[in-house]
Amino acid sequence: MYSATEKALIASIWEKVTPHTEQWGGEALERLFAVFPQTKIYFKHVDTSPGSAAIRTHGDKVMKAIGSTAGDLDNMLTTLSSLSNLHAYNLMVDPVNFKLLSHCILVVLANHLPSEFTPEAHLAFDKFLASVAAILSQKYR
Amino acid sequence: MGMAEVMDTSIFGLLPQLPNDQPTNQTLTMVHWTDEERQAITSIWAEVNVEEAGHQALTRVLVVYPWTQRYFSTFGNVSNATAIAGNHMVRAHGKRVVVALGDAIKNLDNVKATYAKLSELHSEKLHVDPENFRLLGETLIISLAAQFGAAFTPDIQAAWQKLMAVVTAALSKQYY
Repeated sequence: MYSATEKALIASIWEKVTPHTEQWGGEALERLFAVFPQTKIYFKHVDTSPGSAAIRTHGDKVMKAIGSTAGDLDNMLTTLSSLSNLHAYNLMVDPVNFKLLSHCILVVLANHLPSEFTPEAHLAFDKFLASVAAILSQKYR
Repeated sequence: MGMAEVMDTSIFGLLPQLPNDQPTNQTLTMVHWTDEERQAITSIWAEVNVEEAGHQALTRVLVVYPWTQRYFSTFGNVSNATAIAGNHMVRAHGKRVVVALGDAIKNLDNVKATYAKLSELHSEKLHVDPENFRLLGETLIISLAAQFGAAFTPDIQAAWQKLMAVVTAALSKQYY
């Protein structure tokens, strides 16, 4: 599934994300809401205005969850198991939205790491985020 | 106007004669762009390196979604990232695509008509799955994000994504 090169690319890119999970996570969500406003429907209870503390906190949470599995790709199912349950039984976010957020995360990476986010890194990350999305929606039905 | 006039025109299937201040069918189906969206599109477009953006976007499509290589069998070696990035036919084609995007930007109020022939070309001659228009739109957004950094704000991204969606719809129009 992942070549050794891809694993290395994902880990090295993520190392650069780690100091910025709150800012970049918040930015990914801000882009999501600006480009795909229908996604705000899942955040009716939250202040989704640009730069809001709630969104930065949530973005941080999302990025850290992604980070938790980026360094151990052979065990993604285990690492993401409880998040998978959460999304299936509590949140029930339509899986189409995982693609939309993944796209916005890729935009953030390209935006802040233009020289590191090469086409090969882009490929590795697109695969990785698609795997995360698949695991999160795995128990939906 | 009287009943007689209404009956006359509608019986023969013509558009009824509306008073001049009513929207016609065409304006009802036109894409509506706000001033901010137009500004977001033209301000970025003024600074885009057309050849580089096209090369980046097309390279990324071929690398990230390798099944798209099926359309480029006559381009020589497109089997790996290094070959793709160095392929001069890929570079030339990427540039051509982004140059064509300029036509849409000059005709934001009528992208469908502007791209009618291109749509036919992609459907009848090139046999390209329209999903590929969406993929290239995505990688172009990512290439712009890399070139423009902080200047590529969420609102500017939103305007450009809308443009990509309009372009995709226009290119898909002549498919059946």
